[in-house]
Amino acid sequence: MDVLGNYKSAISARSTDKDILKKAQDGGIITTLFAYALEEGIIDGAIVAGPGNEPWKPEPMVVTTKAELLAAAGTRYTISPNISLIKEATRSYGLDRVGIVGTPCQIQATRKAQLYPIGMRDVDDKIALALGIFCMENLSYQALEAMVEDHCNQKMESVVKMDIGKGKFTVYTERGAVSQMPLKLIHKYVQPGCSVCLDYVANLADISSGSVGSPDGWSTVFVRSTKGNAVWDGAIAAGCFETKPIDQVKPGLDLVTKLATEKITKNQKNVDARKTIGLKADGTPKGLRNPYESP
Amino acid sequence: MAEKITIGELHLSGCTGCLVTLADNYEGLFKLLDDYADLVYALTLVDVRHVPEMDVCLVEGSCCLDDKLSVEELKEAREKSKVLVAYGGCAAYGNITRFCRGGQWNQPGQEAFVPISEVVDVDLYIPSCPPCPQEVRNVAVMAYLLLKGNEEQKNLATAYLTPLMQLAQRGNEACGCDLMYDVINQGLCMGCGTCAGTCPVRAVTMEYGKPNVNRDQCIKCGACYAQCPRSWFNFDVMNNYEGIMDAIKGAMQ
Ligand SMILES: Cc1cc2nc3c(=O)[nH]c(=O)nc-3n(C[C@H](O)[C@H](O)[C@H](O)COP(=O)(O)OP(=O)(O)OC[C@H]3O[C@@H](n4cnc5c(N)ncnc54)[C@H](O)[C@@H]3O)c2cc1C
Ligand code: SF4
Ligand code: SF4
Ligand code: SF4
Repeated sequence: MDVLGNYKSAISARSTDKDILKKAQDGGIITTLFAYALEEGIIDGAIVAGPGNEPWKPEPMVVTTKAELLAAAGTRYTISPNISLIKEATRSYGLDRVGIVGTPCQIQATRKAQLYPIGMRDVDDKIALALGIFCMENLSYQALEAMVEDHCNQKMESVVKMDIGKGKFTVYTERGAVSQMPLKLIHKYVQPGCSVCLDYVANLADISSGSVGSPDGWSTVFVRSTKGNAVWDGAIAAGCFETKPIDQVKPGLDLVTKLATEKITKNQKNVDARKTIGLKADGTPKGLRNPYESP
Repeated sequence: MAEKITIGELHLSGCTGCLVTLADNYEGLFKLLDDYADLVYALTLVDVRHVPEMDVCLVEGSCCLDDKLSVEELKEAREKSKVLVAYGGCAAYGNITRFCRGGQWNQPGQEAFVPISEVVDVDLYIPSCPPCPQEVRNVAVMAYLLLKGNEEQKNLATAYLTPLMQLAQRGNEACGCDLMYDVINQGLCMGCGTCAGTCPVRAVTMEYGKPNVNRDQCIKCGACYAQCPRSWFNFDVMNNYEGIMDAIKGAMQ
């Protein structure tokens, strides 16, 4: 498969909802799509990364209103275990049509839960909209804290936005300060599990989106599945988004392809290196577990 | 419609939750029985006393070594079935029967309970307590395609069933600790939360993005590990998730 996965169309887009754009990370694609899907009854609720009890610590949350969606908008560069709620959403919350947003690995987890619902009773046909966000790597909360407080010299609670782009990790504070650190320095903080990740643009999502490829404030969108296509067409018809053809924006799909290729090539090497990391008594290599081969 | 496959359920030391799970497919069960599989052996559902020949035998429960009949029936089921499935946490991993030390009513003399693979070779695992109706349905449809389908369907079924067969090869011990040993300690966990979402007894919580297992609460059903996308993830099947889900849905209509 292509590093960008299967998709029906790729678009550059931005929400037409000013309230959403104020809170969203990029073009507000995720929040707008969920708000539209809630309104239309395509979903009865969505699992998102809601506000947690520590600054910038997300808490997976089932939301059913636009206000709650807005409170969860924007990127938290730390783990939000959204899949922990997919069975719960259909049970305690009683949702029949579940929306979920997640990183590529979380969308993989969602598809595995649907195809192999081993401990995921009554989930498979209730995932109504799985939205993916592009992801190069993720960080533990403590790692994010070290980056913000030690490297960028800002207090977590004073930060109003964090962003990754153009080779830098940037934090913006409530008093208008902007602090940055080079991306290459965050390497040691990346959680180990990301080093074997072979998906950059959420290939298995119904629709996936990220900032890369589109101008500031805009998002690159891949419409992938039949379901995703129907939702996207509906949202466009309802006037939810401004769009531009992806081949008419800079830097465009070439950059997305480049980053995806780099990520997957590097991580495939890591997966392969695990096979020969150690040594057996007879001098042949001893390997670690490869989840892409067997349990 | 091609001829059906035959399926049976052998009930050993289990709580009947696995059998009920099969029935929890509701009208789906009727569809399975109408078009794909004849149920030739099952407690209360089929009036057959003796283990018959069958294509697929789902074994529920662990095997009590102190109950000679259980051991004999399990061996007989192995001999008489093409595919022997450890159906549910008890058959696969012992599950709560791992905690049984004898002296319990109404069989105080019985204390030795083992996962069925200690007694017979097992082809495929369906873990969890209870397993999910949709998973046993998927396995039944895939078993049908494997045994009665055309070349393409056989390949799909093989690809689908392979990881569940590999789970059977992996061994008969599993509990929440496997998340620690075989995912986190191996540098593979990315904090998706699937394990916490899966656990039937809520023994797993996510602490700062990583699973934390309350070991006293864990019943050793193996669901968390099997469901974790970093225990295994087969791209050949997953990349075709839309097609496969549609195919299963179509088969059940
Ligand atoms: C760890 C991480 C790394 C990323 N790396 C890249 C990258 O390399 N390139 C790129 O183009 N884009 C990347 N993104 C995606 C990007 O930051 C935006 O999330 C995406 O463009 C969506 O923006 P939006 O304005 O459409 O969404 P919004 O409308 O702002 O909605 C974002 C949604 O994502 C959810 N969310 C926020 N944080 C998390 C989280 N940690 N885990 C799961 N869900 C979350 C929110 O609850 C919200 O529903 C990354 C995101 C994360 C979380
Ligand atoms: S890099 Fe991969 S494994 Fe890590 S958080 Fe992103 S999608 Fe998940
Ligand atoms: S299911 Fe997700 S969070 Fe749990 S061990 Fe596996 S990768 Fe980690
Ligand atoms: S932690 Fe939960 S899901 Fe995992 S084996 Fe124990 S009881 Fe089963």
